[in-house]
This record gives sequence, structure tokens and C-alpha cells, in this order.
Amino acid sequence: MAAPAEIVGLPEPPPPPQPVLTYLRFLRRAIVLAFSGTWRFYAWMTVLTAIALVGLNAWGHQLLHGMQVTGMSDHVSWGLYIANFTFAVGLAAGAAMMVIPAYLYKDHDMHDVVIIGELLAIAAIVVCLGFIVADMGRPERMWHVVPGIGRFHWPVSMLTWDVLVLNGYLLLNLHIAGYLMYMRYLGKVPRRRWYLPFVFVSVFWAISIHTVTAFLYQGLGGRPFWNSALLAPRFLATAFISGPAFVIVLLEVVRWRGGLKFSDGPTQLLARIMRITVLLNLFMLGSELFTALYSGGAHGSAVRYLFFGSHGKHALVPYIWTAVGLNIASAILLHLPRSRTHKRWLLAACSCAFLGVYLEKGMGLIIPGFVPSTLHEVVEYTPTITEWKITAGIWALGLLVLTVALNVGLAVWSGRVRDSTRPPERAAA
Amino acid sequence: MKRRVALKVVGATLGAGAVAYAGAPVAEWAAGLSLDDTLRQHYKVLTEDELAQILRRHEDETKKLHGVDVHIEDIPAQDGVSFGYALNLSACIGCRKCAEACHQENNHDRRTNNSYIRVLEMEQGSFDMERGNVDYDHAVPAPGKYYMPVQCHQCDDAPCVKVCPVEATWKEKDGIVVVDYNWCIGCRYCEAACPYHARRFNWQPPEIPAEEINPQQGYLSNRIRPQGVVEKCTFCLHRTRRGLLPACLEACPTGARVFGNLLDPKSEIRWVLEHKRVYVLKEELGTRPRFFYFFDE
Repeated sequence: MAAPAEIVGLPEPPPPPQPVLTYLRFLRRAIVLAFSGTWRFYAWMTVLTAIALVGLNAWGHQLLHGMQVTGMSDHVSWGLYIANFTFAVGLAAGAAMMVIPAYLYKDHDMHDVVIIGELLAIAAIVVCLGFIVADMGRPERMWHVVPGIGRFHWPVSMLTWDVLVLNGYLLLNLHIAGYLMYMRYLGKVPRRRWYLPFVFVSVFWAISIHTVTAFLYQGLGGRPFWNSALLAPRFLATAFISGPAFVIVLLEVVRWRGGLKFSDGPTQLLARIMRITVLLNLFMLGSELFTALYSGGAHGSAVRYLFFGSHGKHALVPYIWTAVGLNIASAILLHLPRSRTHKRWLLAACSCAFLGVYLEKGMGLIIPGFVPSTLHEVVEYTPTITEWKITAGIWALGLLVLTVALNVGLAVWSGRVRDSTRPPERAAA
Repeated sequence: MKRRVALKVVGATLGAGAVAYAGAPVAEWAAGLSLDDTLRQHYKVLTEDELAQILRRHEDETKKLHGVDVHIEDIPAQDGVSFGYALNLSACIGCRKCAEACHQENNHDRRTNNSYIRVLEMEQGSFDMERGNVDYDHAVPAPGKYYMPVQCHQCDDAPCVKVCPVEATWKEKDGIVVVDYNWCIGCRYCEAACPYHARRFNWQPPEIPAEEINPQQGYLSNRIRPQGVVEKCTFCLHRTRRGLLPACLEACPTGARVFGNLLDPKSEIRWVLEHKRVYVLKEELGTRPRFFYFFDE
């Protein structure tokens, strides 16, 4: 006997769910979505791609001719790449300032935009890894740090810890952001056990990536400028300045672009966090300066070089005073009542804070570790044009990743793009 | 609609062209990589046969690149030997013959005039290196000065070994810290960790005139290093493991340098450590150097 449906010509029953196919369809739509937008989007992507390609080209030259094309030397053996790496780790960790309120303190407004922080973390880690690869003399031997295949000097080498925590953080955020977005796409309520444990781990993990990165430097007894217990706390304080500062600006960009509705709560909360962290950072800076300058000695010589120059060499003096000026300016701006009511003032404060931390925790942290050298020679470092090109290229790559991720993420998150083959389960969490 | 398609085609073509152009140097670099070298295993897990093959291959490469016949050997550490080095600050006159000998013995890059030894001109009455100077250019010894050569201290608790993420550098049983030049990834963390400025990075491929190449080479010591890896003083292990003295010691005109086996109670180094006023550099860092400084009474 044939089925009754055939006899009376009723519409066919819905096909049984095929999870793999559905997921592949989601991926296909995501890829198409990632590269579709207005002419403004294409212009932005073209500019970023062009800068990234300039960087790629410069990196090729560095590979072919050796790292003599950089300004580094046996005296200052890390430079612009590691400075930017350190800053980018902070940016990635800073995203935790959205995750913690959203999940730990159940801030519903923050919950609406927390996906932006998770996507930012992913892009920032891509930037970190880019700078590590750029700094390697032998990138083709990268497999030597893969546990199991290479010779992973864990747990003794802090660098192996950094490999673990950075890649782990990347995977955690890929999973959390990917899972939440896919559920949103399906119109399903995310199952708590599939993301909440990972979210809690990622909070500690965010702290750990910046602590481990600080330990990388502060564990070196031969470098008095870094060999201070205050380094890790300062790293975290600055991470919780640069991260929120970037996110506040990013939220305004998202709002201006449209497509996702959210309140001003997250921005105000992040600004409140920054009001504390900028002061904390300035306080710790003062404490370090006092220790170094009042007691003198080897620890003081690097600080004196950084702030005042020594032996007639002053390369970092303008950098660090600009950084201090910007940090103080951001602290003042953030504490003006106007920064609560006027977006422009807040954005100005964020720009100052972001740039100030970039200068202070980039070149201002890495270079004085090497000047004076361990034999107290004062050899200066100036990045070459090749280093700047590669640096710009890696940041452009990071912005490309962020743009594409947000392009997909916001379309899915706002519910504009979803699986049309099934009805929504109920309003998503 | 047609215009749109045309625009897309033009855009894609331009884009592909830009990627190909920008990526060309990377592609050239990748094409120049040798698969054998890229997939080479760590020194410690190579079998005797594999190592022998590698040594011959490096000899052939040196012949091809530099036009010189060299002999590269892997000389293992001996049992019952633990090397130590001492330097008499009362005798050193700062002539830098040791640095020069190192430069020649270890096939250093000629352009950078590299050497594993730096000689500090110090002020009489001060141990403060901040008041020292390596760039002195006058007759030595200068009045009111003394001289302190610094090279790898082959620390027993070596920060450089600790920090290496891939175990490309390690301590051998005779106390010498070595680098596997074909395993080092070039991250330079060891260079940042070393408190004695003992490590050097190959910022470019070394350049040495063929007639100046030292053909007696050790796999873990003075063979010509590849670009992009770290190197360091090995107490001339290709010499000292065969009973010869380090090149820097042989070159010293004042006899300021004493080298030997710390396990041999009758050695000169033991006599110095037992009878002279000896100190190590930056003792407070706990690196436990095997390089000692001493004074005559």
C-alpha cells in the first residue's frame, strides 16, 4: 500500500534534521556573509588587504635576507615585534572585561554585546601569533614547539606556557563565539553546559595569558628593568585599560553602522572600569619610578635611560613622556563629568588611554629591558621601515579578521540571518 | 548587472595579481628551503648513521657555498671531565688578543667582527660595569684601569637553557652549554635571558673569505652557522675535548687564562680555585658559573 500522503496529495512532511548538512550550510552562509557589504565595507577591506600585503612583502624580504633588515642587534635583541605582541596580548585579555560582567554578574545589557568582546579576543590573538612568527629567525621550524612532535620544553620554559595559554585562549573563544552564534542561527536556546563552563574557564584564561606573558619577562634575573613583581599586576591593569578603551570605540562604530540594537549600559560600565584601572596604572607607575630612582643602582639605570636618557642617548624619552602625558590626560578626561554625558569626551579619553598604553607597554617596556645591556653598554634601537611595514601588516590582518568576524557575527547575532528551514525554538537567551 | 560582474572580475584579477606580487619573496624563501633540513630531528635523537650523513652533507654544502674543504666532526663529551675556566684580572692587560683568536677560530662573521668575548675596560677601584667601557681605542693597559674579558660562563643553572622553548640549547655532561643550530627556531629568548651578554644571533648569513675559514670544525661548535639562529662560546669544544686548550687561552700574551678539568685534583684550575681569591660575576643571580675571575695576592 502506498502512503496516504501520496494519495491525497498533501505537502511532504519536513525532512529529518541532518546536523552535519545544516552546519555546513551555516558555514557556507557565513563565508558568503563575511564578504558581502556596502561599498564602504569593500573600501575598508581593500585598504586593510593592501596594508597586509605590504607587510607580507616586507616579511618575505626579512626571510630572504635575514633579520639584518631590522634595527635589532645582539644588544637589543627584541624590538617592535615583541613590543606589539605584548600590547596585543593585553588587548585580548581586556575582552574579559565584557565577559565577566555578562556572565558572572549577569549584566543583561552586556550580554547583548558580549559576542563583540569574544570576537575581539580572537582577532587580538591572531595579531599576537603574527608578531611571534614575524620575530622568529626560523619560522619554518615552528613545528618544534608543537607538543608531541617537537621538543616542548614544558614546564620549565615560560615561552611554552605562553604557547599553551595563547592557543588555548584562541580555541576557547572560537568555541564560545562559534557555538553561541550557531545556536542563534538555528534559533535554539544555547545549552548552558556547552558554553558556560568554557566561559568561566576563559575568564581565568584571560588573566592567565597576560600573567604568563608578564612572567616571560619578569622571570629574567639578568634584566633588572623587568625583574619586578609589579610587572604582572601592571600588565593586567593596562590590559583592562586598552581592552575596554578599544571596545568602547568599537561599540560606537557598531552603533553607527547599525544592525544591532543595544543600550548604552555596556559603554558606561566599561568606562567605569577604566576610571579605576587608569588610576591604578598611574599609581603603580609612580611606585616603580620611586623605587628605581630613589634607591638608584642597576634597576635605576634602565628607568633613567627611559625617562631622561643616559650617556647622551635619548631615543625613548619622547615616547615615554608622550605615553605618560596621554595616560594622565585619559585619567583626567575620564573623571570629568562630561565623559558620562558626552560621547565625544569619552571617545577622546579612550583614544588617549589606548595610545598611552600602546606606547608605554610596547616600546616603553621592551626596549629598556635591553638598554643598558647586561654588560651595561648603552646601544640604542630604532625600528627600520621593514619592521614598521610588517607591524602595520599584522595589525591590518587583525582588523581584517575582526571586520569579517563582526560582519558575520552581528548579522547572526541580531537575528537577521538564521536557519529558515526550522521555526525558532523560542526567544534566544 | 553586467557592469557588476565585470567589476568583480577586474577586482578579482587585480587582487590576485597583488597577492602574487606581494607574496613573491615569501614564495622564493619557501622554495629555497631544504625539506631534509626543515624536517631534521633534534641532535639528541639522531642515530649515528643519520648524524654521519648530516656531517657529510654540511661538508658538501660548505664546499659548494664557500669553496673550501672542511672537516666537520661530532666530538662527544668525555667521562670524568668537567671543564672550568679562570681569568687572572691582575694579569689581563686588555689587548683583546683573546677576542681576535675567538673570531678566527670559531669562523665568525667578518663584517660584524663578531667574537664570543667582550673585554671591558674598568675603572680602578670599582666593580661597577656601568663605569666600564668596551669601545676603548688607545694603548693598553691605560693608567687607572683594569680589564675584564667576559664570555659565556657555562652556568650550571643556566637561564638560557631554562628559557629555550624547544630544548635547542642544553648543558653537556662536561659542563659546556651547546646549541643545535639546526633545531633553534631563532626566538632569541635565550639572548634576553643571559646575564652575561654571551649569546649572539645570526642576523645575516656569516661571510668569511675562503682562505680564512678554519677547516677543523665541530658540529656543536665552530662550524659555519646558518642564518637566523643563536650561537655562543663552547669553550672551543672541538679543541678542548681532544686535550687542546681554548683558542683564547693560547692567544693570551700574559698567561691570564687558566683552563682545565675541575675533576682532576692536580689540574692548574683546581690549584687556582683553591689558592687564589676567586669570584664569579653576578653571583647574586644564582647562575653558578664555571668561569671564575681571580687576583694575584
